[in-house]
This record gives sequence, structure tokens and C-alpha cells, in this order.
Amino acid sequence: MGEFFAEIWTARAQLAEGLLATIEISAVAIFTGSALGLFTGIGLVYGWRPLRWLLRFYVDVVRGTPVLVLILATFYILAVFGVQFTAVGSGMFALSLFCGGHLGEIVRGALQTIPATQIDAGKSVGLRMPQILLLVLLPQALRQILPVWINTAVEIVKASTLLSIIGVGELLLKTQEIIGRNFLTLEFYTFAGLLYFLVNFSIERFGRIVERRLALA
Amino acid sequence: MTYTFNFNVIWANLDQLLSGLALGLALAFFSILIGAAIGLAAAFAATGGSRFLRGAASVYVTAIRNTPLLVIVLIAYFALPELGIRMGKLESFVASLAIYAGAYLTEVFRASLIGIPAGLIDAGLSIGLTRFQVARLVRFPIMLRNALPALGSTFISLFKDTSIAAAIAIPELTFQARRINVDTFRVVEAWMAASILYLGTCLVIAAGLRRLERHFPKF
Repeated sequence: MGEFFAEIWTARAQLAEGLLATIEISAVAIFTGSALGLFTGIGLVYGWRPLRWLLRFYVDVVRGTPVLVLILATFYILAVFGVQFTAVGSGMFALSLFCGGHLGEIVRGALQTIPATQIDAGKSVGLRMPQILLLVLLPQALRQILPVWINTAVEIVKASTLLSIIGVGELLLKTQEIIGRNFLTLEFYTFAGLLYFLVNFSIERFGRIVERRLALA
Repeated sequence: MTYTFNFNVIWANLDQLLSGLALGLALAFFSILIGAAIGLAAAFAATGGSRFLRGAASVYVTAIRNTPLLVIVLIAYFALPELGIRMGKLESFVASLAIYAGAYLTEVFRASLIGIPAGLIDAGLSIGLTRFQVARLVRFPIMLRNALPALGSTFISLFKDTSIAAAIAIPELTFQARRINVDTFRVVEAWMAASILYLGTCLVIAAGLRRLERHFPKF
């Protein structure tokens, strides 16, 4: 056990770098993915027909394909078409697409549960459609999707480990590098698992707190 | 941007892709089978009277749901042999996926168990069934029916998660697609084929589940 702690101390810079990369990649993917998901969800409900078809195709493909396939396909295909992305860039891109597709379907579902009379009510007090969306529909929809959104954030952090397969230096790849040096396989994989757990558990707890504050009465 | 499609490579490798798909389905099937057993035990523990068992179930669910599957898979395959637990690739992957699935299924089964009206349990007890008989003959069948939709969507997401088996070189669909990609440089075709096969399989499973749900009337 003493050896393990000594090795953690030796590898502290690498571990910190990996953990930061994981958090950064996940944060970017969750942020852009949420924006994409919001747009997709709104488009699926209120968009004109060709846009709806396009978004439906996007959502179904993303939801029906494993995230690892999405990551590998993005990584290899972008290069073929001459898009010069680093592994980190294409990884973030794939995770954002993944996040956006899943959230899009969730936002759509939430928007559709809001009674249509609310749109009529908004119109009758003189609001235009963008205002109705922003002031009437989205606040209600967002409260409803919050628990699932937190869940999706946790899924993204977990999926970010798959970027180690395309050589992104996030926490899992750094852990594998460390194990390659000191062969403390069980110890360091477990330690990485613990770090992931702590990140995700914090997200979950944070979500609970926000949920409680936003709860109606 | 001058990429010319050539799907001959896909047709030439179709049997490998399809056997990869079948392997993925088999992995998901055995994982959900074992995972359901774990989830069932944990769900009865989580809704039972023993405070210790409730705590243990809750720790299991929270720990596994917040840990990446790839980390679990790597621990099972590379680290457990250090403790003398040696498994082949397939066994260790199925074990990892089953433990992972078990945590999600615990939540699914727990929610279905809670949804059973208390009156039914009282009715069972009042006609002289023991607590175990009530669990086996009343709560279990109703729970299973209530859990069917969630059980189905868990199976679909497990099937997609079998792609992670490629990370320990199990020759399932993602592994095969990557091999075609690397060997032949038919990059777009390889990933299109994989994506279509995954998507198609998911749609077929979902349609089958809808029929199954209709077949068993909801309680």
C-alpha cells in the first residue's frame, strides 16, 4: 500500500492533467451538446417539415449507434474529408453530437407535454412565437428535463473514457500510461474509477440541489 | 473532398460484420440474463426490511452507475487476474456488463416493485400465502410485466454498450468495422455499414418489444 501511495505521488502531475482534461472535454461536450439538443428539440416540434425530417434522422442515428462507433467514425471520417482536427477536437465533436441527439429527444418530449393552450394564451397577451418559446414554454420544459439532463451529463463524463481509444490524453489514458510504467494495474484502475465516481457523484448531488431549489412548492 | 464510394469491401467482409453483430447480441443477451438476476436480488433487498441490505443495494447502484463501463471492463480483464480471478475475454466482458446492467436493472425492478398496490400483497397474505410465496407468486410476475418496457430499453442500450468489447479485442461489430477501416481505408463505408447494422438491429429489437408488450396486457 505504501508503494501505491508513493506511485500516486510520483504520478500526481499526470493524474491531475488527465483529470483536468476529462473535466474540460466533458464540460465542452455537455455545453455544446446542450445547445445543440435545445435547438434540435425545438426544431423537432416547431420546425418546418424538411428541418424536422433532418433532425429526426440525426436524432435516430445518434440514438441507435453506440457512442464508441460515433467517436471512431468521427475520428477517421473527418480526416478522410480533410478536416484537420486533433484527436481531442474530433472526440469533443463526437461527444457533443451524442449529447445533442439524446437531449434533443428529451427536449422534444418535454415541449410536447406542455398544453397547446399555453401558446394560445401567450399569443392572446400579445407575445410573438420566439417570446412564447423563451418566456412560456422553455422555462417549464427545462424544469421538467433537469433530472434527465443531469443524467446525460454523467453519461458524457463516462463516455469521455472512450476517447482514450483514439489516443486522447484524458484520465483513463493517463492511468494506462502510469500502469505501463509501474504495473500497479488493480490499484491504478481502481483509483481512476474512484476519481470518475467522485466527479459523477458531485454532478449528481449538484443536480439534486438545483432540482430542489427549482421544485414547485 | 474527392471521396469515391466503393462498397465491394463491405460485401466481401459482410460475414465478418454479421458474425460481429451476432457476437454483440449474444454478449448483451448473457449480460442481461445475469444482470437481471443481480438486479432482482438487489431490488428485493432495496425494498426489503433489512436496513443493512437496503444500504448495500444502494451503495452498489450508486457506485456502478457513476463509474464508466470501460473502467469496469479494464479492471475485470487486466486487474482481476492479480487477485487470482482469471477469466477469458468473453467471460470477463460478460461479467463486467452484467454487473453494470445489474445496477440499472435494480432501479428498474425497484420502481416496478414499489408500483405494486399494497392491497394485492395484503390479499395474498390474507389467503394464507407466506411472505416468500407472495414475493414469488404475486410481486414477481406483476413486477416483471411492469418492468418490461424498461427492461427492453436496457437491453438495447446494453447491445450498444457491447461495442466497448472492441477495447479488449473481442471481435464484435465495432472491432470488425475498425479492422476494415484500418485494413482497406474504406473509412466511410466501414462506419456506415456498422452504423446501419447497429441502428437496424436496435429498431428490430424495439419493434419486437412493442409486440411483446401488447401480447402481455399491462396490469
